[in-house]
Amino acid sequence: MPTIQLSINGRSHHVDADPQTSLLTVLREHLDMTGSKYGCGEGQCGACTVLVDGRAQRSCLTRLSTLGQKHITTIEGLASGDRLHRVQQAFLDEGAMQCAYCTSGMIMSAVSLLNRNPHPSQNEIVDFMNGNICRCGVYSLVIRAIQKAADAPLDSSTVKKAAQ
Amino acid sequence: MSSPVKVSLEPERYELKAGPLYRFDLDRREFFKFLGAGILVVSILRQSSWSQESGGARRAGDSLPKEIDAWLHIGESGNVTVYTGKVEVGQNIRTSLSQAVAEELRVPVARVEMVMGDTQLTPFDMGTFGSRTTPTMNLQLRKVASAARDLLIDLAAKEWKADSQELSAGDGKVTDGKTKRSIEYAALVKGQQLSQTIPPEDPLMPAANWEVLGKAQPKVGGRDFVTGKHRYPSDQTLPGMWYGKVLRPPAFGATLVSIDTTKAEQLGAVVVRDANFVGVAAPSSAAVSSALAALHAEWKSEPQPSGKDLFTYLKQSPKEGKDPTGDGDRQESGNVEQALATAAMRLQQSYTVSYIAHVPLEPRAALAKWEGESLTVWTGTQRPFGVRGELAEAFHIPEDKVRVLMPDTGSAYGGKHTGETAIEAARMAKAAKRPVKVTWSREEEFTWAYFRPAGVIEVTSGVQKDGTITAWEFHNYNSGSAGIKPYYEISNQRIVFHESNSPLRQGSYRALASTANHFARESHMDELANGLNMDPLQFRLKNLKNERLRDVFQAAAEKFGWGNRKAVSGQGFGMGGGYEKLGNIATFVEVNVDSKTGVVKVVRVISAFECGAIVNPDNLRSQVEGANVQGLGGALFEVIQFENGKILNPRLSQYRVPRFKDLPVTETILLDRKDLPSAGAGECPMIGLAPAIANAIFDATKVRLRSLPLVPQGLKMFA
Repeated sequence: MPTIQLSINGRSHHVDADPQTSLLTVLREHLDMTGSKYGCGEGQCGACTVLVDGRAQRSCLTRLSTLGQKHITTIEGLASGDRLHRVQQAFLDEGAMQCAYCTSGMIMSAVSLLNRNPHPSQNEIVDFMNGNICRCGVYSLVIRAIQKAADAPLDSSTVKKAAQ
Repeated sequence: MSSPVKVSLEPERYELKAGPLYRFDLDRREFFKFLGAGILVVSILRQSSWSQESGGARRAGDSLPKEIDAWLHIGESGNVTVYTGKVEVGQNIRTSLSQAVAEELRVPVARVEMVMGDTQLTPFDMGTFGSRTTPTMNLQLRKVASAARDLLIDLAAKEWKADSQELSAGDGKVTDGKTKRSIEYAALVKGQQLSQTIPPEDPLMPAANWEVLGKAQPKVGGRDFVTGKHRYPSDQTLPGMWYGKVLRPPAFGATLVSIDTTKAEQLGAVVVRDANFVGVAAPSSAAVSSALAALHAEWKSEPQPSGKDLFTYLKQSPKEGKDPTGDGDRQESGNVEQALATAAMRLQQSYTVSYIAHVPLEPRAALAKWEGESLTVWTGTQRPFGVRGELAEAFHIPEDKVRVLMPDTGSAYGGKHTGETAIEAARMAKAAKRPVKVTWSREEEFTWAYFRPAGVIEVTSGVQKDGTITAWEFHNYNSGSAGIKPYYEISNQRIVFHESNSPLRQGSYRALASTANHFARESHMDELANGLNMDPLQFRLKNLKNERLRDVFQAAAEKFGWGNRKAVSGQGFGMGGGYEKLGNIATFVEVNVDSKTGVVKVVRVISAFECGAIVNPDNLRSQVEGANVQGLGGALFEVIQFENGKILNPRLSQYRVPRFKDLPVTETILLDRKDLPSAGAGECPMIGLAPAIANAIFDATKVRLRSLPLVPQGLKMFA
């Protein structure tokens, strides 16, 4: 089994795995990073979404061999220490979750959207997020959370903290 | 003159139930050994002889009653720990139950820790289903917390030699109104070992005075969900754990003829063969997949009914011993035949609903560990105690050797009542002599779980010219009897549930058969109104006396603007509503049907919901809107296709569920009845949507659709 080097959340990881192994399996099984979820294994539900060089990608369909030196960000790497990313904070503030199994994937997709389009319209949010399924049906709250995150100053969480 | 009504319908037929096999006396000393010093208040759900005898008095003896359904402990740190067998699957009861305790105990919500769904630590609970948590457990915990608060006040009165009437509790302290001195709960419970049951009569804080309940409260532990830190059942791990997979037969009910396990075993996997069960365990999921592929099995299967014959099959296959013409499962009043004969208009129609899948985003998962004859399983289930029973039975061990833990789970919707994954993991762990985790693939979840029952519903009705319904005959084949009884005032009724043999494994689903029965009834109501040339809302109200239901219909109609309707081409308005699990819903829908392409779009959904005093308005709104979003799938396009023992669409790429683009504009009106007990909201809100959409489609096109899903061909009506 070859050793493959991966850059995840700013750290270098070495894993012994077949290059055809999915990134999701490596994250969950080799590295015990279970924030990315399995939902369908065919890129239909978005629960496994991570960022690869800042862009949303379904980790269940991403083979290790395609990653090279690319930077991978997972839900575990989004906050800076105790400070939540503004998208995480907005999901929390809006209560945009019920069972929350889809939440990691929703947040990662939303971060990717805002990276590309800092002020998306509602239609742009719906278009971009359509690949993420929430079976509990909190879509309208997710839209509201993304709009709130888009409107938030980049260091909103710091401001929030100071205000408390 | 109506004849006596025979009520023998069993609404919860498909709620798989199992009582406890054993009940042991609890040792009071054991409690304190485990919990530490402090005070303990236990709740007894049923009126047992013990609670009547004891009258809620403090106990000095060593035993506690067996019928406990929850208990609350305040430790020497002042922290409050509550133990309940209920489980969290996204309905947010961890939060709402914490609010109930905080309200009566007068502590911040953050001070309350809920220990839930652990068969070793929490008292027996039948399961988390049927929208029962709010009307039962929420109320019980309020009583428990209230008794604990009284006990704390008594302790303070004793300490200060004061009159307890002068003392009050708030913010984790007892305060003397006269002297203004106060003492923390922590100081009061220090060194105590007091236990008591809840007294039979203890006034609770009325809803109008609630300070914590009745208000929004962020999800308890919410931060762990947005950071990926929370460990769902499928995220559980143990040192030395292996992964397991089951070899699935090619068709339901197939028997294993032969199997060659040599190659799989050469790869280092442990292969278990036990009758028709074949399981493979290996150190990694990749190794499991390789070993599974290396198995060579031969199966024998029998011909089975297919989806295309489903509805004929259900009507022609009554379950043995369930004679629908007999006394069971039917209810009659008045004289239906006579009323039909004298009606100004008669209508006979048939409606169908398909099998659909729950599709919980987290598939079933279980991690099992044996220590000698003792078994511990972490799994996602709505019935941890039921799963404990299934495990005890499967492995021929007593229930007290089995511990089932239920980490907050990635949804269920009635789909996680059973313990098959737990048994699979335990069987493989036993063979592999190490912990084994089994996580079902989406395909397994679509195939080997159970489905919402399909059904055929036949309705025959008669009305007078003024719109009074005089006759109502309603036959439901297979889908179930939840919500089968009409809430409209009809003097002559015959309601029959016919239980059929089901080609597919079927079971609970959010709102059970209530969706099917409301779809048939509320569609039929629209057809009658149309036949009479009456406004569908006026027709309903003419036949509806129930004030709570009238209120939600009228509130939703007003918000929707039903009276001011101005139809443009392709636009259609419709309504549906009803009563289920102590809740009342009315849903009004606007659709648009493109006359060229035939594409149906649900544009707007307005629901009014009332379930007594609101416990947490944000969560309630989320439940109602979530039910409507989920309900869109079953109403419009979700259907399990099957042929000869195989599921034909067992993937999310083949089985469509509602997505962002399906989301209509939604508005939810919550009627807060502070004068009424709080009821649950997980299920009822779903039932109004499907008929409202069917009625709106008719309004737009004059085409009446009588089968769920309404537009399975990718939303196209004219495919």
